[in-house]
Amino acid sequence: MALLEIRRISRQFGDTKAVDDVSLSIEAGEFFTLVGPSGCGKTTLLRLIAGFEEPDAGELLLDGRPLTGIPPEKRPVHTVFQSYALFPHMSVAQNIAFPLQMAGTASDEVRRRVDEALELVHLAEKTRHFPHELSGGQRQRVALARALVNKPRLLLLDEPMAALDAKLRQQITGELIALQRAVGITFVFVTHSQEEALAVSHRIAVMNAGRIEQVGVPDQIYGYPQNRFVADFIGTVNLLPVEVRAADQGGLRMFAAGLGEIAGAPATATAVGQRGVLALRPEQVRVLAGSERQEMDNHFRGTVHDYLYLGDVTVYKIALDNGSVIESLLANSLPGRARFLERGDAVEVGWQREAGVYLRD
Amino acid sequence: MTDARRAANGVGRADSLTRWLVSSPPTLFLLVFFLAPALLMVLASFQQPGDFGGLVPVFQDGRLTLSLETYEFFFGDWIYAEIFFRSFVVAAATTLICLLLAYPLALLIARSGKRHRDLLVLLVVLPLASNFLIRIYAWIILLGPFDLLYTPFAVIAGLVYVHLPFMILPLYSNLEQHDPALLEAAQDLGAGSFTRFRRITLPLSLPGIWAGSALVFIPVLGMFAIPELLGGTRDILIGNLIKEQFLESRDWPLGSTLSLLLTVAVLILAALSAWAGRRRRGWA
Repeated sequence: MALLEIRRISRQFGDTKAVDDVSLSIEAGEFFTLVGPSGCGKTTLLRLIAGFEEPDAGELLLDGRPLTGIPPEKRPVHTVFQSYALFPHMSVAQNIAFPLQMAGTASDEVRRRVDEALELVHLAEKTRHFPHELSGGQRQRVALARALVNKPRLLLLDEPMAALDAKLRQQITGELIALQRAVGITFVFVTHSQEEALAVSHRIAVMNAGRIEQVGVPDQIYGYPQNRFVADFIGTVNLLPVEVRAADQGGLRMFAAGLGEIAGAPATATAVGQRGVLALRPEQVRVLAGSERQEMDNHFRGTVHDYLYLGDVTVYKIALDNGSVIESLLANSLPGRARFLERGDAVEVGWQREAGVYLRD
Repeated sequence: MTDARRAANGVGRADSLTRWLVSSPPTLFLLVFFLAPALLMVLASFQQPGDFGGLVPVFQDGRLTLSLETYEFFFGDWIYAEIFFRSFVVAAATTLICLLLAYPLALLIARSGKRHRDLLVLLVVLPLASNFLIRIYAWIILLGPFDLLYTPFAVIAGLVYVHLPFMILPLYSNLEQHDPALLEAAQDLGAGSFTRFRRITLPLSLPGIWAGSALVFIPVLGMFAIPELLGGTRDILIGNLIKEQFLESRDWPLGSTLSLLLTVAVLILAALSAWAGRRRRGWA
């Protein structure tokens, strides 16, 4: 049985359907991420789980018991808020002791558990400090310790990295994974950052306009997006308009105007004559040296339109003969050899048939 | 900006000149119209009353006329201490009643929609737009038929009525700044509505409570019009006593002594409350 079962819930604000007929099940011990653009309903879904909102339709079951009508303070679900919402008039230790006191824990037990939680987030020396004396990263760790100390069944994290700078975010992402593994509590993480989602999650649900577009493990979401929204939102993608010419067990034969035939992997529910796009990740598109040509299932001529040097990789924008521009990403594995192509160079690009994903319109 | 950077920018001198130009008129005003009279009052408390009011000059017939007479007078008769004590009790009661009435109202205004807030605040300050004496006379008309006029009740009711806005406003401006996420966090972590108030809202509003209490307590101590109009002969406060020395008894030195002792008592109280406040909230 799933730890949290979300059954066809909806929540409407005025005319906007913030959450629209969403079903999900989240397993115990999972690091589950809700990702989507701002306004997609992910925060509302989180507030529905926490109990700050009641669904207009559908129901939530925690450990098989319905949560309907149970107020937030009675749910074994704690939240790490985006602003952390630390109590400014309480010390770090008093903040962390708060949920234990609410649960009526004996005072010596409270002291022991607070010390334990501080140890867990490496803040043992900050016990007596007040929130305004801490850095952003330290505040976030206090918020985590406070939400975890009473061992909730479910921990909700509402964009907890939003207030941190990029470098710190990366470090904390690593700490968060280790923390979840250490405590074994189920995490439901909300973010608009697809990198964060891919990095931390066991499973990801991609949300858009109140609905869930796709649920899966990170590799699946990135490698096999089910529709254009997911392909576009998660990572960078080249979309080539194509028409299906033939479909059988051997694979898909597609036709792109001005380019010719493209070989693809087998796809379900396709019919000859259907129109769609071929989604290709930039790192799947290779700029070919002479000998590589024979090994590639698909290869086309083009010219270097532009490039973007990013240090670890260089992104080349290559204009194909039919005018469409596709991105190819090359790792800069040898120093000094980063920019070996210049604007206007004639090149050949190619990809294997398994690389692309065909998405119908 | 750090001193080093200010010096590097070469704006330090111009900066401090501007500061002096801007702050000197109010400083001068305070020196002339506040500090000087206060010092004159200290001097007057040691002087002798003139036969028809006013003061006997400090030097008369070649000798100094200063004495501690008024202080001996004050500490020699229990009646003054009693009036002081009664005044503090009345001021404390007024402050407490104002606090109990103002808190729920301030909370209601702070938590109502942004559109309604300004209107509600306007309604709170609206009574201040009409004349103070007229509003007190209105209370005479109101209380008359109920046989409540010229009683301690009438005095306290009048004092509370007049000072209530001065409690509501600082409380409101404090409560309005509370981050609603704190209450959600408390609720999320298991706190029911009463606990949320006791552990979050109340402690965070203490600065507002202190400010409002000072704005009510201190003026009430010096108030004489309300006790005079609404109270009986036994309800006089320090304010009435002081006014009497200057206008009826023509004993300026005693009036000055009473004023001075009142100021000292208030300053001691303010210092105590500031000290208690600082100890309580190291975070603010």
